Amino acid sequence: MADSSITRVDVLAKALGKAKYTDDLKFDNMLYLKVVRCPHPHARVIGINKEKALAIEGVVAVLTATDIPGLPCQPKERPILVPEIARYAGDGVALVVAESPKAALEGAEAVRVEYELLEAVFDPEEALKTGAPLVHGDNNVAAQSKVCKGDVEAGFKEADLILEREYNTHRVEHAPIEPEVAIAVPTFEGITVYCPTNSPFQVRQIVAETMAMPQSQIRLFQPTIGGSFGSKCYDAGVLASRAALAAKLTGRPCKIVYTREESIVESTKRHPYKMKYKVGVKKNGKLTAMEVKIIGDSGAYKSKTPFVISRSSIEATGPYVVPNVHTEAICVYTNNVTSCAMRGFGSPQVAYASELLMDELAEKLGIDPLKFRRINGLKDNSLSATGQVMQNVTLDECLDKLEQEIKWSSRKAELKQQDKTGSIVKGLGLACMYRGESFGSAGQGSDYAGATLQVQRDGSITLYSAMSEVGQGGHTMLVRVVSEVLGIKPSRIFVSPVDTCYVPDSGPTVATRGTYVIGNAIRLAAEEVKAKFAEVAAEELGVRPEELVFKDERIYCPGDPSKSISFSRIAAQCYLKSKSPYGYGWWSPPVGSWDREKGQGEAYSSYVYGACAAEVELDLDLGKVEVMKFVAVHDVGKALDKEEVKGQIAGGVSMGIGYALMEDLVVRQGVVKTVNFDEYLLPTSLDIHEIIPVIVEQPSSYGPLGAKGLGEPVMSAVAPAILNAIADALGTRVYDLPANLEAVLDKARAAKGRCCND
Amino acid sequence: MPELKICFNLNGREVTVMAPPDMTLLELLREKLDLTGTKKGCEIGECGACTVIINKKAVNSCMVLVPQVEGTEVITVEGLSQNGELDSLQQSFIKNHAIQCGFCTPGMLMSAKALLMNNPNPTKEEIKEAISGNLCRCTGYIQIIKAIASASK
Ligand code: FES
Ligand code: FES
Repeated sequence: MADSSITRVDVLAKALGKAKYTDDLKFDNMLYLKVVRCPHPHARVIGINKEKALAIEGVVAVLTATDIPGLPCQPKERPILVPEIARYAGDGVALVVAESPKAALEGAEAVRVEYELLEAVFDPEEALKTGAPLVHGDNNVAAQSKVCKGDVEAGFKEADLILEREYNTHRVEHAPIEPEVAIAVPTFEGITVYCPTNSPFQVRQIVAETMAMPQSQIRLFQPTIGGSFGSKCYDAGVLASRAALAAKLTGRPCKIVYTREESIVESTKRHPYKMKYKVGVKKNGKLTAMEVKIIGDSGAYKSKTPFVISRSSIEATGPYVVPNVHTEAICVYTNNVTSCAMRGFGSPQVAYASELLMDELAEKLGIDPLKFRRINGLKDNSLSATGQVMQNVTLDECLDKLEQEIKWSSRKAELKQQDKTGSIVKGLGLACMYRGESFGSAGQGSDYAGATLQVQRDGSITLYSAMSEVGQGGHTMLVRVVSEVLGIKPSRIFVSPVDTCYVPDSGPTVATRGTYVIGNAIRLAAEEVKAKFAEVAAEELGVRPEELVFKDERIYCPGDPSKSISFSRIAAQCYLKSKSPYGYGWWSPPVGSWDREKGQGEAYSSYVYGACAAEVELDLDLGKVEVMKFVAVHDVGKALDKEEVKGQIAGGVSMGIGYALMEDLVVRQGVVKTVNFDEYLLPTSLDIHEIIPVIVEQPSSYGPLGAKGLGEPVMSAVAPAILNAIADALGTRVYDLPANLEAVLDKARAAKGRCCND
Repeated sequence: MPELKICFNLNGREVTVMAPPDMTLLELLREKLDLTGTKKGCEIGECGACTVIINKKAVNSCMVLVPQVEGTEVITVEGLSQNGELDSLQQSFIKNHAIQCGFCTPGMLMSAKALLMNNPNPTKEEIKEAISGNLCRCTGYIQIIKAIASASK
C-alpha cells in the first residue's frame, strides 16, 4: 500500500556509476567552451580583441554578443553575453570555442577586453538613495510586495510590550555537487541541448530567444541531474544558450562545463535580507500587531526576485494569528552576484526572523516558548496575515509531536540545572514554520502541469512528464501514484526522461510543486486510462465498468472471482480493437482571490506546517556550535514512502545547519571571495549528529494520494531553531546569520564579561 | 608535452595507456578510459566526488597525477560489482535510501569500500571520519552512515 517502501527507479544506475550525467556524455567532433568574464562589478565593454586567442592552436572561434542572432538578454535579465554593460563581476563577455578544454582555457586567458569602469553600488540601502549608481532603470527597485491587514497603530496601542528588532540573513550558495554544464548538438532541424535543469521549458525558451528560433525546433533533453536546490533554472538557460550559439555557428557539438570556481562566481544565490520587525504583545502572550520592513539584495539582475519577495511578505509573520499586520518588502538591484530561487524560496529568511522574535517575546513575558507558539499559532478557521481563513492547520499537532519526541519540559528543566562553569554549555531551542504550496494566487508564476501515460501492448506503462528528477525521488513518486491508481507493479512502469519533444510543458519543478501539481496531472492521466480500460474490461467480462477494481495487475469484480481479467490482456485488447491506450492529465491548483494593493486574499490553496527543535553544545573557548540533536516534525500530508521522506528531511536539516553556522558567500566590492569548497564550507558528516524526522500525516485535499510537497519546507525552521538554542545556551542572542565561530565567540565573550562583572 | 606510457591494474585488469604527465587520474579515467562513474565536483581535493581506491586507500583522483599510478592497483565505482552481483555496499546504499541525486554516490561508495577493506567492523565514528571528505548536499549523511554500518555487519 501507499506507505510501503518501493525501490527508487533511479538508484540502481546511480549505485553502479552508470547513470549518465551531462558531463559524462560525449559526441563525435565535440568542441569545448570557456567563458571570458568581466572581473569588474560595473563596466562598459569598449572593445574585445580576439586576435591573440584566435592564434592559439585549437581555438576555433571567439564569440561575442554581436554573434547572437536573437536576444542577447531579456530586459533586466542576465545576458548570454554582455552587449555593452557588465553589471557584476562574473558577467560573460566572450565565449572561446576550441578543440579541447585546454585550448579553450588558454584562449580565454588570451582574449583582451577593454573596459570603462562605471561607478558601482553594493549595499541595497545605498542603492535606493537618490544619486546612487543605477544598475537598471531609474531607481534600482527590482520588486516590491506588501501585506496590510487591520490597523497596526491601533494594535500597538493595545499592546503591553513592544519589541523592535533587526535581523540580517546572508548570501549562500546552492552548491549542488554537480556543477553547471550543457551540451548543444546542432541537428538538421534545429538544436538539441543536453542540460541538467529543473526548468526545462524555461531553458528551452531562453535558448529559442537567444537563437531567434521557434521553441519547437529546440529540443531540450535532461540527463541525470546532480542536484539543483533551485540553482539549475536561469543559470542553466544561460549555459544552454551559450552552448547552442556555439553549436549553431560552428556546426559541431559544443560542451560547456563550469569549474567550481566559475560556478560560484557566476551562479545565482539566496537573497540576503535585512529585516526590521516591530511587534506588540499583551501580557497574556497574545500578539496584537506586527510591522515588518524587508529590504533584500537582488544583485545585478531580476531573475525570480519578484516571486521570492512576494512569498516572503506573505509569510513574514510566521504561522501566527496577528490581528494587525503591515509588511513592506522591497528588493533592490546592486552590482553584486544575482539572487534567485533557492530551496525555501523566500521562506527561510522570514522564518528565521519571526521565530527568533517569538522566542524573545516569550522570554520577555516569562512564558515557555513552546506554549507561546501554541497561544498564537494558527488553528482551523484562524485568519492569516493575508486575511485567509485557514483550514486543515496542523501546527498544534506538529507541536504535540515535537513536545513528546524531545521531552520539551523535562529536557528544558535538566538543561537549566547544567553546570555552566566549564567551557561547554548546552541549549535547547525550537522554531515553527508554515509554507504555501506551489506558486499561489499572488502570481508567482502560471501554475499548471500536463502528463501523458501510455499503456504498451504488453501492459507495461510509459509515463511522460516534465517532472525533473533532481534527487528528490520525483520520478518514483509518479510511479507510485500510477501504481496505486491502476494496480500495476512499479517495476512495470517506466518514466521517460524529460525531453521537451515529448513531454507536456508543466513549468518548472520548483516551489514544492512537483508532487502537488505534476503528481496530480499524472493521477488524472492514470484515471483516464482506468476509465477506458474499465469499459473494455466490462465488455469482455459482461459487467458494468463501475463494478470493476484494478489491483495486482488484474481487473475484476470483487464479488465474483470468475469475473477477472489481467491488465495486460485488456492492454492487448485495446490495440486489437483500435481503442486508445493513452491517458492525458492536465491540472492546475485552484486560484483564490488576491488583492495585490493590500496583499490580502487566499495566498495559497494549501499550506504545510512544521515544528523543529535543536539541542546544541557550544564551546565557549572556540565559538564552535555542534547540533547534537535535531528533531524535525513535518506535516507531509501522506508519506508516500517514509524512508524517502526521512531522507528529504535530513537533507534539509543539513542544509539548514550550513545556513545557520558555516556557509557564507563572502563578496567584497562585488567580487566573490569564497570560490571553492576550501573557503565556502558545506556541512560534512562530522557536523551532523542525531537527526530525528517525525512525520505528521494530515492528508491534503488537493495533493495526489493526499501527499504534500516537502523539499522546501524542511529547510525553513532549521536555522531559527539552532539560533534559539544558542541563545538558550548563552543567555544572549546572535541576530545575524551566520552564527559562525567569530559571531558566537564574540557573544560568548560578551556574555562572560557580563557575568564576571555582575 | 610528450605523452607517457602508464601501466597499472584497473578494476582487476592490467591496462596500458598513453597520457600526458600533467593529466590527473580523474581526467584519465573520464576522458581516456571512458569510465565516467567517477565524478568531478571541485578539482581541489575538497568534495570527494572523484574518490577512487589506490592500493586499498581512498584517494581523491583529482589530486593524483597520472605518473603516480604506475604499477598501482586502482578500483573505481565501475569495479565494485563482481560478475553482475552488486557489492554489499551498493545493495545497502539502495536499501537504506542513501542515494538522492547520486552525484556523490560513487565517491561515497569508494571511501566506504576502502574503510571496510581495512576495518571490516567500523564504529559509527569511524564511518563518519572515513566519509568526512565526501560532501553530500542532498541526504544529510544520516542514511549513508546507516548504509555503511549495515553493509559492514
Ligand atoms: S573533484 Fe576531486 S575532491 Fe572534488
Ligand atoms: S546524493 Fe546528491 S550529493 Fe549526495
